[in-house]
Amino acid sequence: MSSSVTTRTKGRTRGGVRTGRPNAAWVLPGVLFFAFFAVAPMVLAFYLSFTKWNGLGDPQPVGLANWDKLIHDPRLTQSLTVTVLLSVVSWAFQTVVSVLLGVWAAGRQRNRAVLSAIFFVPFLLSSTAISLLFYALLDPNFGIIRGDTLGSTSGAFLALVFVGGWQFIPFHTLIYQGGARQIPEVLYQAAMMDGAGRYRQFISITLPQLRNTATTSTVLMIVGSLTYFETVLILTQGGPGTDTAILPYLMYEAGFKSYDFGYASAIATFLVVAATALSLVLVKLSGFGTMRSTREGM
Amino acid sequence: MESYSRRWFLGAGATLVTAAGLTACGSGSGSGGSGGDVTALVYGDDAAKIQTAQVKRFNASAAAKKANGAIKLQKIPASDYPAKLRTAMGSPNAPDVFFNWGGGSILAYQEADQLLDLTDTIKSDAVLKDAFLPTVMAAGSLQGKMYGIPMRGTQPVILFYNKTLFAEHKLQPPTTWDQLLDINAKLKKAKITPFALGGADIWPELMWLEYLLDRIGGPQVFAKIQEGDASAWGDPAVLKAAQAAKELIDGGAFGKSFSSVSYNNHGASAAFAKRKAAMHLMGSWEFSTLLGIFPDFAKKDVGWCSFPTYDGGSGDIRNIVGNPNNYWSVNARVSNKDAAIAFLRDCASKTYTQALIDNGDVPTTTIAENMLGSAPNPTFAKYQYQMVQNAPAFTLSWDQAVKPSWSQPMLTEISKLFVGKSSPEQFVSGLKGLK
Repeated sequence: MSSSVTTRTKGRTRGGVRTGRPNAAWVLPGVLFFAFFAVAPMVLAFYLSFTKWNGLGDPQPVGLANWDKLIHDPRLTQSLTVTVLLSVVSWAFQTVVSVLLGVWAAGRQRNRAVLSAIFFVPFLLSSTAISLLFYALLDPNFGIIRGDTLGSTSGAFLALVFVGGWQFIPFHTLIYQGGARQIPEVLYQAAMMDGAGRYRQFISITLPQLRNTATTSTVLMIVGSLTYFETVLILTQGGPGTDTAILPYLMYEAGFKSYDFGYASAIATFLVVAATALSLVLVKLSGFGTMRSTREGM
Repeated sequence: MESYSRRWFLGAGATLVTAAGLTACGSGSGSGGSGGDVTALVYGDDAAKIQTAQVKRFNASAAAKKANGAIKLQKIPASDYPAKLRTAMGSPNAPDVFFNWGGGSILAYQEADQLLDLTDTIKSDAVLKDAFLPTVMAAGSLQGKMYGIPMRGTQPVILFYNKTLFAEHKLQPPTTWDQLLDINAKLKKAKITPFALGGADIWPELMWLEYLLDRIGGPQVFAKIQEGDASAWGDPAVLKAAQAAKELIDGGAFGKSFSSVSYNNHGASAAFAKRKAAMHLMGSWEFSTLLGIFPDFAKKDVGWCSFPTYDGGSGDIRNIVGNPNNYWSVNARVSNKDAAIAFLRDCASKTYTQALIDNGDVPTTTIAENMLGSAPNPTFAKYQYQMVQNAPAFTLSWDQAVKPSWSQPMLTEISKLFVGKSSPEQFVSGLKGLK
């Protein structure tokens, strides 16, 4: 592709339409942005994790004290368990609903476009607004669910799963819709000739063909749930007790409530490493890296 | 495409230049000897409009001209004020004067030598000396040194009750703990939740323990804790307070689902106003909240009283807990000290006191006593003022009083006690382990 472009644009340095691969300068804004707002803070957090700093004056080096505290913090084990549990349950809930909705939305039914647009609305709202909304809906005296939802461990946990799902299912539905649209029509036509019904087609064609889409969606969900924060902050504040205090919430508490930025940075660094490792493992296991296109003729 | 990216670069460049310019302006105010403007950081809730008006008036006054400086007020959105203040104080653009709650909220700044000791200034100043109620001044001090000038209304925690409901069930507001338990039992029998409690926010639960500890062990128990010695939580009065709270919780005094009720979204106030609960232990601001959303209820049904004494306990019924006031503190590196002090002096003025009263606040200036007749709710305003005036001790809310590294873990321990995840004994040992 690029060679043909070179021949075509040979001798023309200015004017006219230039196509082809952009040069290295084009990535500069992106690289700079990433360096300033992602890499630099991460390096800084790593450095701070070896210091004691309350935000005033200069950070004092304390060696491995924060890491030692992190390893021996009983809340870490609890927090890890809740984080993993929340990720897995959210993943299961969101995937099942998103696949069904997405495949449905990929069809050509009446009103499909209108309904899909309505389903998408929750994703456009801010997490904070959504959390405040559900906070009011869960009020035991005046809400629509009048139990002690947020006061019980399972209630608070399920509320987080549900609210997260309510917000993010539209996004994953969109991904699955795109995935389902790409499945070649001929596969279904062939299956129909072989006498496969709707259910059979779904199990034997749609689901296997959505494998790569599922990987994308899963990585986004899992990494996303590791940084699932606003909802916890507003809806449960990590409670009852510390039962829903996921890692990002612990980090926030250490940093912006207790002003122990050293310890907060240790948790942050741990999160970065865990999230990176987890997504690498997911990509490796699913073969996403060596993925081949499943599209017809490509 | 090309023109797009050029525009982008121009835009980015302009942003950078603007940012650099802002930084330059900011750091400019941090240096310099005499003269120059003074930056003041204030908690940006609705009440900040009074400080906005005060600053405008002050900047036009002779006092400001004499000090050769004006106040520049910066309002910080309320919810994350403490964290924003911390960031600002750690930067080269630290404010000269800033809003705070006294106690633990300024401890770190004192330790970092960022606070101006106002003791001598206040004691030798004709205007500031004796201008404020002593219990309130004490709460703005650390280790006997004064660091704050009271600048808003006092907010003691008060036991509110529904007068109409009490009359219907022939009840009197409690003055002893036994009476409180008796009322509790009678209301439960009548299928009314005795107390509204916004347990989802945790700090309303804290108020119960604050008062119980004061009434059982006296104010000195917490005063010792506040100094930062975690073993002071081992005082038997702490365990007794936790047990008394536990007894109420288990007996259903707050209903079954108080942990899902929020104060912040008015859930607890609504339960109180709609007769689902008969009493509500809350800061004095609850009255204005109720006036705002349930005006009829607030005017007709709401009564108030002190938290009862605990039988056999050593705390005085006149002791109070809550927020004595908010304070202005001054940065040790203030650029124009004369202007800053002149501004603080204005907080003792009649004009400013009147502005607070008109807004429904109860100022803690000594002159306020004779001015409260003009308050929107004179009876309630005078009640609060006398409560503060007569209090032998005014304990600052624990979450503001203790050092920040204790505050959150302490609230977590309280939450665990209230949801039944830890026993009173575990509660005490959890608090003793605070670092």
